[in-house]
Amino acid sequence: MADPREKMLEVDHIRVQFGKKRHPFVAVRDVSFDIYKGETFGLVGESGSGKTTIGRAIIRANPLAAGEIRFEGQRISGRLSAARDRQVTRDIQMIFQDPMSSLNERAKVGYIVAEGLYAPGRHCSEEERRQKVAKALSDVGLLPEFASRFPHEFSGGQRQRIGIARALILEPKLIVADEPISALDVSIRAQVLNLLAALQKERGLTYLFIAHDLSVVRFICDRIAVIHKGDIVELAESEQLFAHPLHPYTQALLSAIPQPDPIAERQKKLLVYDPSCHDYRVDKPVWTEVEPGHFVLGNQRELEGYRKMLTR
Amino acid sequence: METQQSEVLLSIRDLHFKFTLRGQVLHAIRGISLDVMRGESLAIVGESGSGKSVLVKTLMGLNDQNGFIESGQILYGGRDLATLHTDAEWQSIRGREIAMVLQDPMTSLNPLKTIGWQIREAVELHQNLHGEAARKAACEMLAEVGISDPERRYKQYPHEFSGGMRQRVVIAIAMACRPKILICDEPTTALDVTIQAQILGLIKEMQKKYDLTTIYITHDLGVVANVADRIAVMYAGDIVEIGRCEEVFYDPRHPYTWALLSSLPQLGVKGQPLYAIQGTPPNLFHEVKGDAFAPRNPQALKIDFVKRPPMLAVSPTHSARTWLLDPRAPKVEPPEHIRALRERGRALRQQGEVTSHG
Repeated sequence: MADPREKMLEVDHIRVQFGKKRHPFVAVRDVSFDIYKGETFGLVGESGSGKTTIGRAIIRANPLAAGEIRFEGQRISGRLSAARDRQVTRDIQMIFQDPMSSLNERAKVGYIVAEGLYAPGRHCSEEERRQKVAKALSDVGLLPEFASRFPHEFSGGQRQRIGIARALILEPKLIVADEPISALDVSIRAQVLNLLAALQKERGLTYLFIAHDLSVVRFICDRIAVIHKGDIVELAESEQLFAHPLHPYTQALLSAIPQPDPIAERQKKLLVYDPSCHDYRVDKPVWTEVEPGHFVLGNQRELEGYRKMLTR
Repeated sequence: METQQSEVLLSIRDLHFKFTLRGQVLHAIRGISLDVMRGESLAIVGESGSGKSVLVKTLMGLNDQNGFIESGQILYGGRDLATLHTDAEWQSIRGREIAMVLQDPMTSLNPLKTIGWQIREAVELHQNLHGEAARKAACEMLAEVGISDPERRYKQYPHEFSGGMRQRVVIAIAMACRPKILICDEPTTALDVTIQAQILGLIKEMQKKYDLTTIYITHDLGVVANVADRIAVMYAGDIVEIGRCEEVFYDPRHPYTWALLSSLPQLGVKGQPLYAIQGTPPNLFHEVKGDAFAPRNPQALKIDFVKRPPMLAVSPTHSARTWLLDPRAPKVEPPEHIRALRERGRALRQQGEVTSHG
């Protein structure tokens, strides 16, 4: 497929495992996807499906057991030179899930936000640093004066903004947002979602958005990958995925989304995903593009069925 | 929904609840009156800090030591629960009459005891069974909440269960007490969507089977739409709107309810900013003047800042605490999303009538 879009991040058949070599626990089995420049890529799955592990592998907090991750065409997994390592850290930043536990309680906000600037090789004067912190804080809608306060003085939404300011100060190109709004209240969620969208427009940021709430993902993401027990089972443009979910797990997941609409909610039919509906003993599943931009994991017999579903 | 649910099981009358904290007083519940009907499922919706958890904990006497009921009554079964003080007095209510399912099943089970032991404890206390009979009852309870192979599971510890299974166990413990009211405090927030739907289904099943009255506390409006007969919307320690599920969803009247519904991503248009409520909830250490939501409401009336609005009725089952319902109030149009919801509600109702008649 000739694609005019520029690939920012390529995740190429990665495998992440934990525990001893002899009895490894495979958190991510064999996952590949690309993230294009300027898009918001959603990663959806239940807890324990490996979605956070993938995010952490991209910021290089979890080592890969196999496969490769490339950022702007260059490998970033495995051993890197010190200079390259610093550059990659600067380019890829993360926003964490729980703003209540991801900020250092004993540090002032100014230090929390500026911490990335203190790393060796990135010297800037105290005055410069203060200016950068003030700018980062005002970019996320906080007052620069807040730099001298402690995190406990802020509400959940404000703390999440501090987390975002901390990620922004290094001027990253890619931000891995790991459930950035699931710990927030409904009325604050919209504020943070709008902030993320506005920052993206302003700076051309690329997001990897990890979440389990499909309604939020649908709203904010351009493309969505559904992950189940360490395998990506389906990947498509958001609207395409919601209109034509192919994999039975995706269908079950979509059927379970809570709707804020009592009549629709009571009429909704729940689909239950039973992994034993796949017969993979002989016919192994393969990751296939069934229509342009729509990938699904299945064996030959299933893929045929999926294609039929699409033509209908 | 049906007219048979008219019997009041529990009645809260003008309840004020306060906490003392480092010399300051936090007014957590500011004059709530609420009737819970027998057999209904009531959902209390609100943000964190709105006082919804404090309210239900008051019903079981589980609030922290620095909290106290300043005034008001909680009438249940001919008694005023607001007058109970010691744990011994509360024991006749806790579990036996009102039981609770907490948010996080990881923390509400004892990790050092087997699942069987924990259910059996409730069975022995509340069903007066002992020895083999108690064990059997506990196993039955496990099977009832949908745990397969209960005999084997009985001997296992909480860490051997998944999150959804643990929540089932918590429900089993609560139901083993044979309560009349089951309070579910964010029962599914810690769970995944697919599991969430199953747990809600289980609670509904239990409700039917044991003729339970359920009170849900949640901030997830999707969950509310699924389970609730009636909805109470809480803001800053007060109920701002209460009504039947369809009334609150399709014809909300309080500006806070409008804002809450408008900010849902399900109703947003992709690429456009979502409606966001500006500002933060009021600090309850200070006395709240007028309508608590007024400072965040761009369309607030002048009187909203001065005088607390009374609870005004929209219909016999639906009322809201806002001056907008006063006949003297100017006409304030609800935001666009809400008008769309109203239309949708009307369309669905007509459709429903057609199908029910046809």
